[in-house]
Amino acid sequence: MDLQTLTYVVVGFTFALYIGIAIWARAGSTKDFYVAGGGIHPIQNGMATAADWMSAASFISMAGLIALSYGGYGGSVFLMGWTGGYVILAMLIAPYLRKYGKFTVPEFIGDRFYSNSARTVAVICLIICSVTYVIGQMKGVGVAFSRFLEVDYDTGLYVGMTIVFFYAVLGGMKGITYTQIAQYCVLILAYTIPAIFISLQLTGNPVPQLGLGSTLVGTDVYLLDKLDMVVTDLGFKEYTTNVRLSGINMFAYTMSLMIGTAGLPHVIIRFFTVPKVKDARSSAGWALVFIAILYTTAPAVAGMARLNLIDTLGGEDGQGLIIEDRPVWFKNWEKTGLLNFDDKNGDGRIQYSADKEVNEMVKIDNDIMVLANPEIAKLPNWVIALVAAGGLAAALSTAAGLLLAISSAISHDLLKGILTPNISEKAELNASRIAMAFAIAGAGYLGLNPPGFAAGTVALAFGLAASSIFPALMMGIFSKSITKEGAIAGMVGGIGVTLFYVFQHKGIMFIPDTAFLGDTLPNWFLGIEPNAFGVVGAAVNFTVAFVVSRVTAEPPQEVQDLVEHIRVPVGSGEANAH
Amino acid sequence: MSPLNEEQGKEYWRRNLSLMLKLLTIWFIVSYGFGIILVDVLNQIKIGGYQLGFWFAQQGSIYVFLGLIFYYAKRMAALDKEFGVEEDE
Repeated sequence: MDLQTLTYVVVGFTFALYIGIAIWARAGSTKDFYVAGGGIHPIQNGMATAADWMSAASFISMAGLIALSYGGYGGSVFLMGWTGGYVILAMLIAPYLRKYGKFTVPEFIGDRFYSNSARTVAVICLIICSVTYVIGQMKGVGVAFSRFLEVDYDTGLYVGMTIVFFYAVLGGMKGITYTQIAQYCVLILAYTIPAIFISLQLTGNPVPQLGLGSTLVGTDVYLLDKLDMVVTDLGFKEYTTNVRLSGINMFAYTMSLMIGTAGLPHVIIRFFTVPKVKDARSSAGWALVFIAILYTTAPAVAGMARLNLIDTLGGEDGQGLIIEDRPVWFKNWEKTGLLNFDDKNGDGRIQYSADKEVNEMVKIDNDIMVLANPEIAKLPNWVIALVAAGGLAAALSTAAGLLLAISSAISHDLLKGILTPNISEKAELNASRIAMAFAIAGAGYLGLNPPGFAAGTVALAFGLAASSIFPALMMGIFSKSITKEGAIAGMVGGIGVTLFYVFQHKGIMFIPDTAFLGDTLPNWFLGIEPNAFGVVGAAVNFTVAFVVSRVTAEPPQEVQDLVEHIRVPVGSGEANAH
Repeated sequence: MSPLNEEQGKEYWRRNLSLMLKLLTIWFIVSYGFGIILVDVLNQIKIGGYQLGFWFAQQGSIYVFLGLIFYYAKRMAALDKEFGVEEDE
C-alpha cells in the first residue's frame, strides 16, 4: 500500500473511533455536558488532561523550537514551564476548586468575589486566552491535513471541525473526555515510536531519555559532546549552554508558562470531573506522568534530529551536501516549503552555516524536526501515517477542550448565571449545545482567516492566563480579605499591562506597523521578551488587587465562610446541591 | 459547614501550608535554581553525556515535579484522615 493510502486508512480509522465514542458518550444533563457527570477516574482524567493540554504546538513544533529557534538549552523554558505548572495546579488550585464543586472557573470567581461584574470580567479574560489559543489549534488541523493527506488547508479544516462538532456538541465534556483518552493513546504512540528508533540508530539505547546522555554507536564520543562540536563548527552557539537572551528572560519565561498552565480554564475544568478532592490532587500527578512521557522524550528528539540534519547536510565528505544526491525525504519536504536551499556560490553543494551570508539552507522550519523524523530514520510507512494521526489528535483534543471552556462560559456563566437565571436545565443544555456549535464555527472562521499573529500565539495565551485568571484564583483561595473591587481591578490591570506590552512591541492587534516600540532587546523591560511578560502582568494583578482591597469594604461574612469551606475536603456534596 | 472547630481548622490549614511551602521550595530549587541560576556551576559535573545543569533543565526537574505531586497527594490524604475531614468512600 502506498504512503498516501496508508495515511488515509490510519487517519480514517482514528476518526471513526472518535465518532464512535461520540455516539456512545452522549450527554443527558448539564452535569454530563459541563463536567462529564463528575465520576471520571483520576487516572483516566490524567490521560484526558494530558491530551487536552498537549497541543499541536507540543506535538509538532516543540522539539524544533528547542533544537532550532531556541538553540538547545534555551528551549528548557518550555520543558520546565509547561510541566512545573502542574505542581502549582495540584497544590494551589485544583483541589480547592474541585471542593467548591461547580461547573466553570468564572462561576467561582463570581461567587468568591460576590459580584456578577467579577464573573463577567473573568468570562472576558477566559475568552481572550482561549480564543488566542484555539486559533493555533485550528491552524494545526489544517496544516496537518494539507501536509500529510495533500488535501487543501480549507478542506482539512472543515473535516476537523465536523469531527469536533460531532463529539463536542453531542457529548460535551463527557464525549470530549473519552475521545481525549483515545487521542492521547494515538499521539503518544506516534511521538515515542520514531524517537525510540532514532535513539537506537544513533546510540544503541532504545530509551531516548537515556540515549541523549549516551555515546554514539561505535565510538566513545558522547552524543551531546558531538552535537556541541558540530554546531560550534558551523558557527552556532554551543547546544548545551545556549541561553535564551538572558537568565532573567529565561526565568520570567518559565514562570509565565508555569503560572499560565495553572490559570488556563480549559485545564482547570478537567479537574471538576473527578469524584473527590483527593482525586483532584492525584489526578494532577497522573496528568503530569502522561505529559512527562512526551516532555522528556522531546529534548532527545530535538538533539538527535538536529545532529541527523547537520550530518545529512554535511554530505558524505563533510564538505556540504551535493544537491543532486539529496535524499528523497529532503525533496518531499521541499515541496511543502518546510525546507528550502539556495546554492548561492553555485558549487552544486549545500553549505549550512550560522553565517547568513554563507548559509545556503535558507529555510529549515521548526516543524521538520518531528514531521520528517520517521523518514530520516528510514522507518516504515505506517509510522509516518501514525505521525499524521498523532498531530491531528493533538490539535483536535486541545481544540475541543478550549471550545468547551468557551461555550460553558457563555451558556453557564453569561446566560444561566447573569442574563436569564430562571431557564430550566433542559433549556440550558440546549443552549450549551448551541453555544458549542457557534464556538466551533467561530474558531473555524479564525482558522480559515487567521489573523497575522496566529503563529507563536500559544505562548502568549499562557501569558494572558498567567496575568488575569491565575492571580484571581490564588487570591480567592488563599486570602479572605481581597474584595470584589480589588479582584476586578487586578484582573483588568494584569491582562491590560500584558496586552499593552505585547502590542507596543508587536503592533496593536498585531498589525506590525502600529508597534510604537521596536521588537528588539534594547526596548524590552529588563530584557524580557513579550512572550515571557505574563509573570510581570501577574505581579501587577496581585499588587493592584492588594492595594484596592485595603481601601474598600471587606468581603461579607458568607464569602469568608465560603473560603473556609473550600479549604477542607469533606462535604463537597453540599456545595453541589445549591 | 466544616466539622472542625476554629482551632482545628486553623491547625489543618497551617499544616497544609507548611507542607506546600516545603515542596514548593524544592520545586523552585530544581527548576529555577539548578536549571537556570546555578546551571553553569552544575554543568561542571557530568553524568554520562549529560552536564548536570542541562540535565536538570531538560529532564531532572520534570522527574522531581512528578515526585512532589504524588508525595503531596499522599501526605494530604493522611492529613485529611487525621483531622477526620476525608470524603466518604
